[in-house]
Amino acid sequence: MTFIAKPKVTHPSLPPNALGLTRRAYEGALSTLCAGCGHDSITAAIVEACWRLSLEPQNLVKLSGIGCSSKTTAYFVSGAHGFNAVHGRMPSIATGANAANRRLSYIGVSGDGDTLSIGLGQFCHAIRRNLDMLYIIENNGVYGLTKGQFSASADIGSRAKKGETNRQPPIDPVLLALDLGAPFVARSFSGDKRQLVPLIEAGLKHRGFALIDILSPCVTFNDHEGSTKSYAYTREHYEPAVLADFVPREQPISIDYPPGEAREVALHDGSRIVLRKIGADYDPTDRTAAHAAVQARGGSGEYLTGLIYLEAADRHAEFHQVNATPEAPLNSLPFEQLSPGSTALRTILARYR
Amino acid sequence: MVDAEHTICAAYGGLETFGAGRCLNPSGLFYGILRRSGRGGLGLRARLALSLCIRRQPWNLVDATDTSHPDYYHRVVDCQWACPAHTDVPEYIRLIAQGLFTEAYLLNRQSNVFPAILGRVCDRPCEPACRRGRIESKPVAICRLKRVAADNRGDITGRLPPVPRLKNGKRIACIGAGCASLTVANDLLPLGYEVTIFEQNDRPGGLMRSNIPAFRLPEPVLDEEIGMILGMGVELRLGERIDSLRALIETGRFDAVFVGSGAPKGKELRLPGRDEAAANVHIGISWLESVAFGHVDRIGERVLIIGVGNTAMDCCRTSLRLGARTVRVIARKPRGFFKASPWELEDAEEENVEILVNRSPKAFVIDNGRLAGMRFECMEYELDAHGRIVAERVADEQFLPADDVILAIGQENAFPWIERDLGIAFDKWNVPVVDARTFQSTRPGVFFGGDAAFGPKNIIWAVEHGHQAAISIHRHCHGEPLTERLPPGLNLQSRKMGMHEWAYANDYAPIERRLMPHVSLKERFKKLNIEVELGFSAEQAAAEAQRCLNCDVQTVFSAKLCIECDACIDICPVDCLTITSNGTEVELRAHLKAPAQNLAQPLYVSAALPQTGRVMVKDEDLCVHCGLCAERCPTAAWDMQKSLLHWPHAEDEARALEQRKPKIA
Repeated sequence: MTFIAKPKVTHPSLPPNALGLTRRAYEGALSTLCAGCGHDSITAAIVEACWRLSLEPQNLVKLSGIGCSSKTTAYFVSGAHGFNAVHGRMPSIATGANAANRRLSYIGVSGDGDTLSIGLGQFCHAIRRNLDMLYIIENNGVYGLTKGQFSASADIGSRAKKGETNRQPPIDPVLLALDLGAPFVARSFSGDKRQLVPLIEAGLKHRGFALIDILSPCVTFNDHEGSTKSYAYTREHYEPAVLADFVPREQPISIDYPPGEAREVALHDGSRIVLRKIGADYDPTDRTAAHAAVQARGGSGEYLTGLIYLEAADRHAEFHQVNATPEAPLNSLPFEQLSPGSTALRTILARYR
Repeated sequence: MVDAEHTICAAYGGLETFGAGRCLNPSGLFYGILRRSGRGGLGLRARLALSLCIRRQPWNLVDATDTSHPDYYHRVVDCQWACPAHTDVPEYIRLIAQGLFTEAYLLNRQSNVFPAILGRVCDRPCEPACRRGRIESKPVAICRLKRVAADNRGDITGRLPPVPRLKNGKRIACIGAGCASLTVANDLLPLGYEVTIFEQNDRPGGLMRSNIPAFRLPEPVLDEEIGMILGMGVELRLGERIDSLRALIETGRFDAVFVGSGAPKGKELRLPGRDEAAANVHIGISWLESVAFGHVDRIGERVLIIGVGNTAMDCCRTSLRLGARTVRVIARKPRGFFKASPWELEDAEEENVEILVNRSPKAFVIDNGRLAGMRFECMEYELDAHGRIVAERVADEQFLPADDVILAIGQENAFPWIERDLGIAFDKWNVPVVDARTFQSTRPGVFFGGDAAFGPKNIIWAVEHGHQAAISIHRHCHGEPLTERLPPGLNLQSRKMGMHEWAYANDYAPIERRLMPHVSLKERFKKLNIEVELGFSAEQAAAEAQRCLNCDVQTVFSAKLCIECDACIDICPVDCLTITSNGTEVELRAHLKAPAQNLAQPLYVSAALPQTGRVMVKDEDLCVHCGLCAERCPTAAWDMQKSLLHWPHAEDEARALEQRKPKIA
């Protein structure tokens, strides 16, 4: 970590977004992670995405659990709301907050330990509920905060810094999310912002549960030879499936796509994701095919990245539809509506007699 | 330049494989290949195919920047690069911040010889160049910080270069006791030379004394710094005017002659009525000289100054101190074309000098055989988009009354005392031909420097001319070719002290430029020699020193260590770093994280990075040298290293020549 804060001085021609804010307005506190941590890169990508979306900082909620990854919510958009939950319990907090105010954007940042070990149950249920949030896993295959033990996402045969080999199979959050019916599943790499930033933008704008599993090398405990989540290994075994470009509602598509190679998917607010095929034929709207593709690549030690699966907007019911949550935030409802009184309670109870 | 053989296979156009040479000049590449293809007369389609093919070839990418050349990191230190004498500005500011004023003064003295004088009157080419001026609006007050070092320094006796008692037997004549000659003496005396300076006036200092008014440069300051050099053992011949260079050379006493006689002739304005008004029309620099030497002590109530350069500013402010009530400075062109430095204009206007623009002098108006004023044509100019004048017309005429007129429209060199048959070539402007690097004329052993060499410039230029001429004189006296001088060198030394510890103050201090305190308008006109600027207080100096960005603490990158984690790019406060795939310069600039503002600044491009073969690109223009890239780098691929420029002076030449001498056993 460093003790030297980033000075407030900026490039004189830093462009403002629609709100008149520069990228610097979306930064947060000084990061206390190791120098070169992939998580810091993801933080920078979130900053960039929030700036590009012209999100009003006060309309963003940052949620996290425990771990290196979960510290990072302090490092971006300091004007946003934040909640640092108990280990692995971030989805519960997200559910409550979501129910109380559906007008805000929710971004949860978690790690492979927080999500796949202690919080696996919570994670599964967040998907099952189809919570309206962007769930980011900063996945480095190691428990960095406790000095480098294998995590639940460590691959078989992967070697720890001290030399021992992992013999337990990994839990792949992408396969899990595909199985559990998540409508937006992506995988990316902290070292590839060109891919990552549009994915975060799309994830924030997507209504329902959006998962981005981001390979984020632990520069201190998992960046050696024999690691399968180091910078070098990831770069060598990295295969983008599709290129996803995020196009905001206001903006016409300005990039010229060759016919037949791009396809547009509309999001709820009118913005669009343009999916561009690269290389082999890959269909990101076919859940079974996506599952098979991830599994096949995983078997050969490759990381399939990009927007792996995206469900058409009308094919899934998200949390608010299922639970009929009120459109207005709870804190804006009058007391009488929130607490209808003993007469109303008696009426309700009478229904169960 | 052909350095390898390549085979290009054009994909279409029916071209066959052929041999081609690689040309390091990208524009020359295409033609180099065509020339070497041995086919000649390629069709248009073939040429097109070939050019497409070439564009994608690896050798058309930008080469990794060669940072081993001293110029690369020298250029990053904008102030030092802009300073003709290459004063190590960041280092002396650092010394001031540490309260080491004597050390700061001595460091200054090494390169600019007159820190106290220049700390007041330098033209400060460093300040417009200062990076702080690009980050915020105002540069660091480099010049006035120099004065802080001079004002607060301790005793330096014994810390000046020692002068040997045993001389080397070489005698040098310097003509004119101005800053150029004094610098030559300063550099050569410690090497054992005997230096004689001839000066026509009865006090040394040249234009520093005669043309800069005492309210800007007090005499004691001048005397002290000139005294340091004279005290090294100059033979100073005051009141001895050289009227014939031939006579001087023919004495045979001198091994070399240095002409540092300045540009002593003010330009004349021949207009109707000039001769009749002679008693009340003055030439700016001569008039200032008369004031400086006490020959003139009053002027009329209404004064017109013609011209708007720095001499005009000195003339108008001096007039105010000699009894003038209304002083008007007349400019022929609009404000953007003024020659005077902005700060000198500011100081004059603070004293309620009126500057009238767009008035072209037409005639001196005489009434009763006496100057009554001047008639001007009121001009109108048409400017283009770049602010250049494209058309002008006379709109009106105007009479301005005046008791005295001072002409400050420029000055010239004059060499009536140099015989034209000495082997010293003169050009079509009747100015001697002087080599811009060695400062030697076409006659070996006769050197020129200061305003005498290339016309009027500022003191700091004359000082550097003096340094370079001293090197040439030394080489000349030792029979060495003048052009094979020592090249500049540059040292880099890491500032890393440990974890999160850097041996320099890398906090960005968001403070504004300190304002120089002035003597009140009421007080300052009481006497001619009341210095207007009071100098920075201790608090002001401490704050101003913190504004320096430490541009000499360089960001040094080693590509082979980089793991492309993006940490440096994410943390850089001014977005000057980018990792991208290599391409042409245009392509690289298109991919920068923030647009490059200064296209004249070349990009730093690293060697290919180990993991992806991409390159690290840095736009040095706005880097604040905060060191966060190095602080956040997990592999120390970035390091903060202090660059120390070694700009050779005569003593370095002497040492190098000494080392080359065969040792007699």
